[in-house]
Amino acid sequence: MSTELPEPPSKIELKAGVGGGGEIPTFNITLRVRRYLPETTAEAYWEDFKLTMYGTDRVLDALHKVKWDHDGSLSFRRSCAHGVCGSDAMRINGRNRLACKTLLKDLDTSKPITVEAIKGLPLEKDLIVDMEPFFQSYREIMPFLITKGHEPTKERIQSAEERAVFDDTTKCILCAACTSSCPVFWTDGQYFGPAAIVNAHRFIFDSRDEAGDMRLEILNDKEGVWRCRTTFNCSEACPRGIQVTKAIAEVKQAILSRTV
Amino acid sequence: MQVHKYDVVIVGAGGAGMRAAIESGQRARTAVLTKLYPTRSHTGAAQGGMCAALANVEEDNWEWHTFDTVKGGDYIVDQDAAEVMAKEAIDAVLDLEKMGLPFNRTPEGKIDQRRFGGHTRDHGKAAVRRACYAADRTGHMILQTLYQNCVKHNVEFYNEYYVLDLLMVEEEAFREDGTAYQQKRVAGVVSYDLATGELHVFQAKSVIFASGGAGKVFKTTSNAHTLTGDGMGIAFRSGLPLEDMEFFQFHPTGLAGLGILLTEGARGEGAILRNSDGERFMERYAPTIKDLAPRDIVARAMANEVREGRGCGPNKDYVLLDLTHLEPEHIESKLPDITEFARTYLGVEPFTDPVPVYPTAHYAMGGVPTNIETEVLQDNDTVIPGLYAAGETACVSVHGANRLGTNSLLDINVFGRRAGIAAAKYAQDADFVELPENPDALVTAQLEGLLSSTGTENVAALRKTLQDTMDAKVQVFRDEKSLTEALEVIEDLRKRYKNVSIQDKGKRFNLDLLEAVELGFLLDLAEVMTTAALHRKESRGGHYREDYPNRDDENFMIHSMAYRDHNATTEGISGIRLETKPVVVTRYQPMERKY
Ligand SMILES: Cc1cc2nc3c(=O)[nH]c(=O)nc-3n(C[C@H](O)[C@H](O)[C@H](O)COP(=O)(O)OP(=O)(O)OC[C@H]3O[C@@H](n4cnc5c(N)ncnc54)[C@H](O)[C@@H]3O)c2cc1C
Ligand code: SF4
Ligand code: FES
Repeated sequence: MSTELPEPPSKIELKAGVGGGGEIPTFNITLRVRRYLPETTAEAYWEDFKLTMYGTDRVLDALHKVKWDHDGSLSFRRSCAHGVCGSDAMRINGRNRLACKTLLKDLDTSKPITVEAIKGLPLEKDLIVDMEPFFQSYREIMPFLITKGHEPTKERIQSAEERAVFDDTTKCILCAACTSSCPVFWTDGQYFGPAAIVNAHRFIFDSRDEAGDMRLEILNDKEGVWRCRTTFNCSEACPRGIQVTKAIAEVKQAILSRTV
Repeated sequence: MQVHKYDVVIVGAGGAGMRAAIESGQRARTAVLTKLYPTRSHTGAAQGGMCAALANVEEDNWEWHTFDTVKGGDYIVDQDAAEVMAKEAIDAVLDLEKMGLPFNRTPEGKIDQRRFGGHTRDHGKAAVRRACYAADRTGHMILQTLYQNCVKHNVEFYNEYYVLDLLMVEEEAFREDGTAYQQKRVAGVVSYDLATGELHVFQAKSVIFASGGAGKVFKTTSNAHTLTGDGMGIAFRSGLPLEDMEFFQFHPTGLAGLGILLTEGARGEGAILRNSDGERFMERYAPTIKDLAPRDIVARAMANEVREGRGCGPNKDYVLLDLTHLEPEHIESKLPDITEFARTYLGVEPFTDPVPVYPTAHYAMGGVPTNIETEVLQDNDTVIPGLYAAGETACVSVHGANRLGTNSLLDINVFGRRAGIAAAKYAQDADFVELPENPDALVTAQLEGLLSSTGTENVAALRKTLQDTMDAKVQVFRDEKSLTEALEVIEDLRKRYKNVSIQDKGKRFNLDLLEAVELGFLLDLAEVMTTAALHRKESRGGHYREDYPNRDDENFMIHSMAYRDHNATTEGISGIRLETKPVVVTRYQPMERKY
């Protein structure tokens, strides 16, 4: 619940130069993009773009600069541009990240910055992959609240503590950064993958849900949680800071300790 | 070209589209066409909350909520619609909870509520806790919860299908007084499949437009790259009116230079605005509710501080959002995402340093006119059978000249639900309207024209000029000169647009082509917005004319209705006809809007 706060002072002394960053720095980068244009060339290839970028520009800004000023055929998905819609997971310098959340100045700009599509899903064009298999796994874990009996007239009661148990896994934006960074998923596309397990966790540990057992049964499958080798790639990749490996461990634990 | 047949086709899978789909999908054969994967929709970016007078933490009722909505909208709200929304708000929130939405909770385990700008107790006496929320990702949780329930109900999605045209037929009909008119009826839509470049025609008894906003008309905006007003643009080209397009909301707290939103919830939790003197300047502009005054007032106050030389930073072009007096723990639990935005994108640590902010283009109050049953109007009072609209693309109108925070997540749920039910019900009794011959002719010609063009104009360059112009001349301060200048630029851009060419000539995932199509919608909408703004010679809500600084109820207590009409000229712009529509007033007579 919101707490009552004392009125803040009408006037404060600001630190010198607060908020002011002085000049906006510019710098040059080489963006090395893995291109794949199935309508013109059969093979994927690397292409370099030399760009001048500004202070807080992100990899997405660099991609836009290529698309808008140099080569309109460069194709990638994006929408929100601030890390909440999950459209633009890609491999940046070999690591899965969101292009809109990766500041260029945080990368080593003395070397080419490599950008490629995420791995393990069918490549369609440039940085675009077919997301259908990813969403298929998600749908299989029954990602919706299941309850029995009559609905209450008002809201279901849930304590703040009960809600906190699954808070972390409600943050998922289904970007696939985790699943497509998982070595098990690369070799076995049938594996549910971390994102599906994260979303199962979100319901299994929701005090209001009554189908945890069904979901645990699904994940107890040979393509389920036991394929996870705890490589931690997924946790490192998650742009939402979800502790993916921890969530998977909690699901494993729940399967082992359940009473049925 | 492929042809599909459905009872109901929904255009858009944001909050409004999916809320509609959950209802319609259980009653009629429904397809949802969306240019983005549903979970990528911009509803997911909403942070602060969704309001309803649940009275879970303090006394409240829907009538106060109605009043706040009407007053917040500067009295140009249709009061019957506001009342429906405020009443149905309570069930809308409870429905979401039952679908699984993890709201933050009170110590008793009920849905928690917090303050939000313009929401008050007993007609303005004090701020009230009305916004239900899930940390600062309420929109994310709404979008996820609705998608989850669509999965549950096996809703059929056509992902990455861009709807580019609305198919309607016209037939002669007669009004009660015997005069003849052309009655439009909906037959379906034409869509473009991004993956293959193929056109798909969907024949449908009912069509619901839920295609979201048009923030990309502006440069500094909280809106996604994909919010290009397609639905409004399509309706307008099809001869339907657009209502109240001059009213666009500028949210006070966008990250300076970027436009990324920091929720008003931050001020709800106690953050305040300061100028370069460290002064809490809102005490001067809205002595009673200060930093929690409605958005238009706060945004103008900020712009005014900057204009009068009290801005911060190297260019003195922004003000500061100060959270430094707040408990870090409290903020981390209530607003984790926005503190992260400040850190990630500006490198500012919000617990020790105030965050640079400036108004950002946020929300289109206007849109495709509907009645409270979400039926689209072809003029002031003629409904188009089978055509519905809901969400930001529609104008019911519940937001009037200025939307209150948390009222849009509410709008999409209340009117999304209504649209889904109404569209399915209509489809049960109606017959299919026969498709026109060559239903895809217009779209085919447009796309082929772009693909084969050898013109010299560049899409990105035209778009940038448009967005820069709108920011400079049609933002929080407007006057005859700035608007006229903006229109000159827009007219020039519209001419140059005919001469654009694109580089990608392929069929697969040709986003180059679609950006060109989207620019066409942006140009149309910018023209309508600016023309309507020039015509409205008064200041009301989000529309502030420096040359007419007062509200003028005598002449302008009316909605504007803009039509594409090649025989008409408005404010020197040929091709636009501007009409008016009365405002529905039930309980509340216009009063001065003071906070
Ligand atoms: C950063 C931010 C924060 C906000 N915070 C709040 C808040 O706290 N409280 C509140 O009440 N409101 C808030 N709002 C406003 C609110 O989130 C939006 O107005 C609302 O979510 C719009 O929902 P929608 O369903 O109408 O559109 P959207 O969610 O934008 O969905 C539009 C859908 O239409 C589809 N579409 C668009 N064009 C086409 C086409 N041509 N063909 C096919 N499909 C198409 C898209 O794919 C998408 O699925 C916020 C807005 C922003 C930008
Ligand atoms: S868990 Fe994280 S990385 Fe995986 S899909 Fe969700 S948000 Fe993306
Ligand atoms: S564009 Fe939305 S997450 Fe990056």
